[in-house]
Amino acid sequence: MIEFPPGLLLIIGACFVPLLPHVVRNAYMLALPVIGFWGLLILPEGIHFAFDIFGYTLSPVRVDGLSLIFGYIFHIAAAISIIFAFHMKDTVQQMAGLVYAGAAIGGAFAGDLITLFIYWEATAIASVFLIWSSRTEAAYRTGMRYLVIQVGSGVLLLAGAILQYKATGSLDFSKMGLTGPGPVLIFIAFGIKAAFPLLHNWLQDAYPEATVTGTVFLSAFTTKLAIYALARGFPGTEMLIWIGATMTAFPIFYAVIENDLRRVLAYSLNNQLGFMVVGVGIGTELALNGTAAHAFSHILYKALLFMSMGAVLYRTGTIKGSELGGLYKSMPYTTGFCIVGAASISAFPLFSGFISKSLIITAAATEGHWIVWLILLFASAGVFHHSGIKIPYFAFFQHDSGKRPKEAPSNMLFAMGIAAFLCIAVGIYPAPLYAILPFQVNFVPYTTTHVVTQLQLLLFSALAFTILMKTGLYPPELKSTNLDFDWTYRRMLPKLLKTIGKVFVPADQFVRTVFLNRVEKFIASVFRHHGPEGLLARTWPTGSTVLWVAVLLALYMVFYFI
Amino acid sequence: MADQQKPDEKKYWLDDQNNVKKIIWALYIVCGLSVIADFFYHKHVHYAAEDWIPGMYGWYGFIGCVFLVLSAKVLRKILMRDEDYYDEADDD
Repeated sequence: MIEFPPGLLLIIGACFVPLLPHVVRNAYMLALPVIGFWGLLILPEGIHFAFDIFGYTLSPVRVDGLSLIFGYIFHIAAAISIIFAFHMKDTVQQMAGLVYAGAAIGGAFAGDLITLFIYWEATAIASVFLIWSSRTEAAYRTGMRYLVIQVGSGVLLLAGAILQYKATGSLDFSKMGLTGPGPVLIFIAFGIKAAFPLLHNWLQDAYPEATVTGTVFLSAFTTKLAIYALARGFPGTEMLIWIGATMTAFPIFYAVIENDLRRVLAYSLNNQLGFMVVGVGIGTELALNGTAAHAFSHILYKALLFMSMGAVLYRTGTIKGSELGGLYKSMPYTTGFCIVGAASISAFPLFSGFISKSLIITAAATEGHWIVWLILLFASAGVFHHSGIKIPYFAFFQHDSGKRPKEAPSNMLFAMGIAAFLCIAVGIYPAPLYAILPFQVNFVPYTTTHVVTQLQLLLFSALAFTILMKTGLYPPELKSTNLDFDWTYRRMLPKLLKTIGKVFVPADQFVRTVFLNRVEKFIASVFRHHGPEGLLARTWPTGSTVLWVAVLLALYMVFYFI
Repeated sequence: MADQQKPDEKKYWLDDQNNVKKIIWALYIVCGLSVIADFFYHKHVHYAAEDWIPGMYGWYGFIGCVFLVLSAKVLRKILMRDEDYYDEADDD
């Protein structure tokens, strides 16, 4: 059997895409993740392809339970995203999608920090083309901001790796904990891509600006690679529990008032990452299993939700809640798939979120983190509220917008169908997913207590939505921009710089004017004394010269005799 | 809902307000049933608070969501700007 480094097949394969005619291109692109997946199945655990360069030992491929589960789901996500984009003929996006997916897969198998850095930056550079391909002014600017932040994260990772090498003499990417400046820099680098609070805005900024198909790719890889990296490098880091809990809670407030439905999904993506980060922070086997399982099911239902919203955007040209409504009449299949995704993210029993999120929540309870546990339950209710109800309700139901778009193209429906099938299959029969988790699982999701309590939580959230809607208390969808932390670097800092400019420029000009005046005065005085009319430049009559010579001689004689 | 209905268009089940009411009533009933269900099994809890009153999770979810939405409305007053807020900023 031929072994090859996971992910590299997709990256190299992407180079041949432009050479192929469109007829065979789709089949070729789909074949890459399928073959890559098969390659994973035959790849034995351990370190592969290790080599020495300039005295450093690099191990580009490390296969174990944690990397494998992320490898599997990344391949599945790539395949689904490719099918969803079958109708598209934009070569740039096709190549970018493949390279991006390949880089994320490679990153999940990186055994050392340098390999990780290379893949880390490759995901950033490849993915920005999925944003720029929208070919709008807004997308261009968003892409620039995205690129600066993503590449910046990579630079921090590299700096951290160098410091870590200086401190420990090893470039291995393994559990490090916050033990020095190197790991702290690496932690921040991971935190940027994992969208920690205050480092999160690139996500809500970029994902809604990307193309219809690009967002589906984006939703799967970058942030989950960061979750994998955190689970690898910083399991059991107490701080992550609180960071994660904050992440679950605060984006949902924004999700409630956001009008752009893809941005609502970006906020709820952020909230779901919070659950995974809590799992990493708790760091027990149960919790880390929960993080891995939740990443797996999350990628599927998040892709499904972004696909359904992508289909709506593709057919109607808008994704604003204020302009949509009543689409279930002409897009019934898309509506159905969207509801499956919504039920999965809300963790309804029999859907994928139920069997993965509960691992993390149970871990929080058993480890005695009761405040965090309460926050997670609140966030679970909130997720149902904005992703579970708001997304399908405002897009497909609510008041009739009068729009009657065609049903989504068949390739889109097929991709959504696969994702929806997997969401339900994993929810009904979680055993295969539990079998590929990094640690042995003894967890039974379907207990009477769990099913009933979860149903209570969700049904009463729906009740709250209904009552708020009926009483008119629910905030309507409005065309708006909601200020978030990115205000600091999109508005405050530029304004501050301009204000500083406004003070500094006049001050600077004042100093310059004063100085120039001095110089001018000096020149004028020199001119007065030495200019054509100046006292010292005047031509003297001979008589006065003789007089001055006589005076000088007299003085000389006086001094001589003294 | 019916005001934008095109006259020749198929009438959907949800277009009838009575059917929407049926769904809402079904929700009330299912909510009630889920609370009643608490009397019929032994609840395995991590914290005593989980079993204070029947339907504890339900009440928590309900209050949580109402709090979420009402505080988001307040947030909107502080945070909401025009849709092209940042575009204007860029043009300065």
